[in-house]
Amino acid sequence: MSRPVLETQGLTIRFGGHAAVDNVSCAFHAGSLTAIVGPNGAGKTTYFNLMSGQLPATSGSVQLDGEDVTRLSAAERAKRGIGRAFQITNLFPNLTVAENVRLAVQAKARAAASLWSRWDHHVEWIKRAEHFLEEVNLQDKRASAAAALPHGDKRKLEVALMMALEPHVYMFDEPTAGMSVDEVPVVLDLIKRLKAAGDKTILLVEHKMDVVRSLADRIVVLHNGQLVADGDPETVIASPIVQEAYLGSMPAAESKGAAVS
Amino acid sequence: MIQSALSGDLPRSRVLSFLLAAIFLVLAFTPFLFSGSQPINTAAKICIFIVLVASYDLLLGYTGIVSFAHTMFFGIGGYGVGLALYGWGPTWTSAGLGLVIALVVGTVLAFVIGLLSLRVRAIFYAMITLAVASAFAILASQLSEYTGGEDGRSFRVPPLLRPGSVLFDIPAIGLRVDGRVLSYYLVFVSALLLLLAAFRIVNSPFGRVLQAIRENDFRAESLGYNVVYYRTVANCLAAGMAMLAGAMSAIWVRYTGPDTTLSFAIMLDILLMVVIGGMGTLYGAVIGATLFILAQNYLQKLMGVASEATSALPLIPHLLHPDRWLLWLGVLFILSVYFFPNGIVGKLREMVRGR
Ligand SMILES: Nc1ncnc2c1ncn2[C@@H]1O[C@H](COP(=O)(O)OP(=O)(O)O)[C@@H](O)[C@H]1O
Ligand SMILES: [Mg+2]
Repeated sequence: MSRPVLETQGLTIRFGGHAAVDNVSCAFHAGSLTAIVGPNGAGKTTYFNLMSGQLPATSGSVQLDGEDVTRLSAAERAKRGIGRAFQITNLFPNLTVAENVRLAVQAKARAAASLWSRWDHHVEWIKRAEHFLEEVNLQDKRASAAAALPHGDKRKLEVALMMALEPHVYMFDEPTAGMSVDEVPVVLDLIKRLKAAGDKTILLVEHKMDVVRSLADRIVVLHNGQLVADGDPETVIASPIVQEAYLGSMPAAESKGAAVS
Repeated sequence: MIQSALSGDLPRSRVLSFLLAAIFLVLAFTPFLFSGSQPINTAAKICIFIVLVASYDLLLGYTGIVSFAHTMFFGIGGYGVGLALYGWGPTWTSAGLGLVIALVVGTVLAFVIGLLSLRVRAIFYAMITLAVASAFAILASQLSEYTGGEDGRSFRVPPLLRPGSVLFDIPAIGLRVDGRVLSYYLVFVSALLLLLAAFRIVNSPFGRVLQAIRENDFRAESLGYNVVYYRTVANCLAAGMAMLAGAMSAIWVRYTGPDTTLSFAIMLDILLMVVIGGMGTLYGAVIGATLFILAQNYLQKLMGVASEATSALPLIPHLLHPDRWLLWLGVLFILSVYFFPNGIVGKLREMVRGR
């Protein structure tokens, strides 16, 4: 198999004595979508934070495109192509929806250091931002403050910020959590389109098993910070360790697509 | 043209536009509208503080950095020009050289403070700046051999700017342009250009990143912005602007000393001006500085008049006695912060949106 785009080796972080992510080694390849599942508190978000640089690892390493990025800041990793959408919405509340997205476009364009040009004269960026707003169906709200959006729209904007970075690694952390049923497809279609592009590395933390089944090429299961299962979706879901440790005694509910947590 | 000068960042409120236009016109023509030295002194002080407060707004309002070292940079600019004029004689060369030295020293200082401490939490940064500023003020008064200590230094400005140099004088229409008037316009034009430059900066891609950092530094970092770098540059820019304000002040008052440039009282004034005017708008700096300095200079007089007028009533004339002006100033500030939490500019813009 080709060289992995993103790889962790023995990745560990301890908060006090508690290892929230415990010796996780895993590799992610271009063109694949990996779902990361596990009960609440399993360490999924923390694992993401270690890979995208929001938290420093206690031990172990993170490799991106063959380069060791373990000691690099989140900003440096973002510049190297790691995009992150957060589970807890993380926006620029008093800026407008359009400004939020444009900040991501501008980060990608790397012309941010421009002190003297006028922000509203960069037509190219305005167009790019508009494109990503349309992708999440927020174009009609471009002028409202991010803080004033309803929850579902905030989640969409959260995703749009990552999309506008145009990374090659996409990390979605429960992108549809708390969205109403009719809003979910917008985000899922977006992920499907990314996947169809064929060259992106996509990581998705998701509780809804029907979503995981329909999107994932592979499932990784975390439990108490440890990687307990890894493989193609059918095998992982059927494996005894997952049935026991994670899906517990709810196979009926799971097939109906209920949240498992 | 106005739109372009303001970098597309318009007042967005008719009342605000009117106020700004009035302030601009009065400041532009002060030397010819009023006689006596108090109006022109007040006007020059307003110009200088508009720059100083705008530069502080760049830090506090736009980037979300709480610094107590802003008067230190104001002082560095003032001392740089002042001591150069004092020591090397009243020429343009010494003033320019003093300014350049001040800018270099001050910017390096701002850079070092920024780099060392802008990665720590906001409250620690505030503490560090407080410590550095206090140390600097002590240093300035201890090195009295060079700085004049607590007394400061009075110095002469280049001949062209002295009251004795009369450019033209047409008594028939009461038009007299002397060195004082010229100094005033030096201050006024510098202030105008610096303010427009500040508008340019905050409305640039760089300026939007500063706002993003203020709003959510964690997310800004996650998008690939090196937050420490941006904060440090903002710190240097704000310091540079404060130093230029200090230089303007030195040229205008022809004196530099700890009380007028380095004191903590000025730091508090700046904070009040930016909060009253409205943080993160730059227009707030203009409104805040103007109102505050007018109040400082004229509230006492106004109260004297009011006290006279109400002398027949019980108690009220005592409350309105000019000696109580500080009390009333305090009351006015508490009221304004209570009723306009987003400052006057914020309030005016809300009123537009509310309609
Ligand atoms: N900054 C932190 N400090 C202390 N404990 C933390 C911190 N972040 C996460 N944890 C702990 O790590 C564990 C994993 O959390 P998290 O990664 O959010 O789980 P998940 O995303 O799988 O629900 C939890 O027990 C949580 O309390
Ligand atoms: Mg989580």
